[in-house]
Amino acid sequence: MDTNEHEHVIEVTDLRRVYGGGFEAVRGITFSVRRGEVFALLGTNGAGKTSTVELLEGLAPASGGRVRVLGHDPYSERAAVRPRTGVMLQEGGFPSELTVAETARMWAGCTSGARPEAEALALVGLARRADVRVKQLSGGERRRLDLALALLGEPEVLFLDEPTTGLDAEGRRDTWELVRALRDGGTTVLLTTHYLEEAEGLADRLAILSEGRIAVTGTPAEVTAGRPSRISFELPSGYFVGDLPPLGPLGVVGHEVAGRVVRLETRELQRAATGLLVWAEGAGIELRRLEVRSASLEEAFLGIAREQQGVTV
Amino acid sequence: MSAVMTTPVGRLRALGRAELALLGRNRSAVVTALLVPLALPFSVRPAVDQMDLKGEGLSVGSVMLTAAIGFSLLFAVYSSLVSAFVARREELVLKRLRTGELGDAEILTGTGLPAVCVGFVQSVLLTVACVVLLDAGAPAMPQLVVLGLLFGLFLSAALAALTASVTKTAESAQVTALPVLFASMLGSGIIIPLQLLPDRVAAVCEFLPLSPAIRLISGGWNGDLSGYDALGAVLTALAWTVLGVFAVRRWFRWEPRR
Repeated sequence: MDTNEHEHVIEVTDLRRVYGGGFEAVRGITFSVRRGEVFALLGTNGAGKTSTVELLEGLAPASGGRVRVLGHDPYSERAAVRPRTGVMLQEGGFPSELTVAETARMWAGCTSGARPEAEALALVGLARRADVRVKQLSGGERRRLDLALALLGEPEVLFLDEPTTGLDAEGRRDTWELVRALRDGGTTVLLTTHYLEEAEGLADRLAILSEGRIAVTGTPAEVTAGRPSRISFELPSGYFVGDLPPLGPLGVVGHEVAGRVVRLETRELQRAATGLLVWAEGAGIELRRLEVRSASLEEAFLGIAREQQGVTV
Repeated sequence: MSAVMTTPVGRLRALGRAELALLGRNRSAVVTALLVPLALPFSVRPAVDQMDLKGEGLSVGSVMLTAAIGFSLLFAVYSSLVSAFVARREELVLKRLRTGELGDAEILTGTGLPAVCVGFVQSVLLTVACVVLLDAGAPAMPQLVVLGLLFGLFLSAALAALTASVTKTAESAQVTALPVLFASMLGSGIIIPLQLLPDRVAAVCEFLPLSPAIRLISGGWNGDLSGYDALGAVLTALAWTVLGVFAVRRWFRWEPRR
């Protein structure tokens, strides 16, 4: 068995995926996930998240590059990898005419070391729905059934493709709790999401995909560190941007004005905010709709989307 | 990994059991699978009575028996499996199964198993009925009958998998299945014994996928198959089996077309 296994459970090197029609969905991405880590792939629709995850799950061969999961090629060495991984696809995958319990029993019969089905269903809060047919479940309940089956074999590596899409706020929080508990128990989790707060709250590390490439990768703190914080406010009438104290010395690196609304970007939030407020206090003016915000993943995400548009326009 | 590993047999049992439940809950599949093979052969009975069977050394009982098994293969196995494969693919069940421990061959086998078993049991029951009710007599070479039935069951399932690959929805399966149904009923000796067709037509029809299986069943029962002919039929069936396995591996669609 691979001696590096304790280091990197998932290794992806210069991975490419080209579809039959010639569309290149994944264009050379490289990343790795350590044991016990939660790694999130973020991106807009069409960024290549699912195309990438399907290669990691071994559903299709890579068009180029290399994938290793637990030291094996998940496509050509399927039998070696599958008993140790759990997968939740982006949608569906269960016959609508079977009940929840029948579906779980079937899946348990095909899963090495499966825990009791009732236990797996209880884990996701579906125990009371055991005798209901899959077609009668709500979208959120179907997601939870999918998650229960992914967890059935107590996998070492879990792939979750948009696990909380379609869940209500409570269901989403429950799923997050579950993922955290799994991580604490040593499970490695790779998830895709387009909810930024999900990635920010769950992921130890993440990568933002854009047009089949990794635009930025690192811990949430690292990814947001490179992004400026924002201050925005409304100037009272009679005041203009030129009336503000010199912005450079306050650490402001950019500003934009839309009507009376001023937006400042800074990498030194406290200094910029203090300077601005001291100035306002001295001048005796009220800054309406004042917002002061640290850099967040959302900033990083939108920044990347803007840069991408800038490139394509 | 201290966990108990699954075995192919255990996995097939789990999948087959779920598929059997699904088969039972699909009313149109139940009707097609159970009633058509029972009703159709007896509806062709009047036509059989008109055929010049004596001249070819055939009896009503054995012709009806061949027709009954043929219908069972076509309706209980072939057409019901086309629908099943398409439905599982469109519901992404096949894709989901492929993320688990089942191999591709196991997924196809497990999905096809209940229908194949229904076809097998039905063939046995119909055979008994023909013997008891129509004086079909005893099989001259039972081993050929069994071999033919096994080839027939396998090839019907393989043809279903291939037909499913060119079928977009479960509804259109009723149309896409027609060519194989008609070609087999008319050309493989199911409704009309090949002996009654013009020689040249019969020579071509012998090479249809289900023809050798039907020939083995009919010839094995009547005992009118020479060793040479039996060998030819077995080789043809084997060739179709190899071709079928190759084609399914190459062309079977596991996911819906986007």
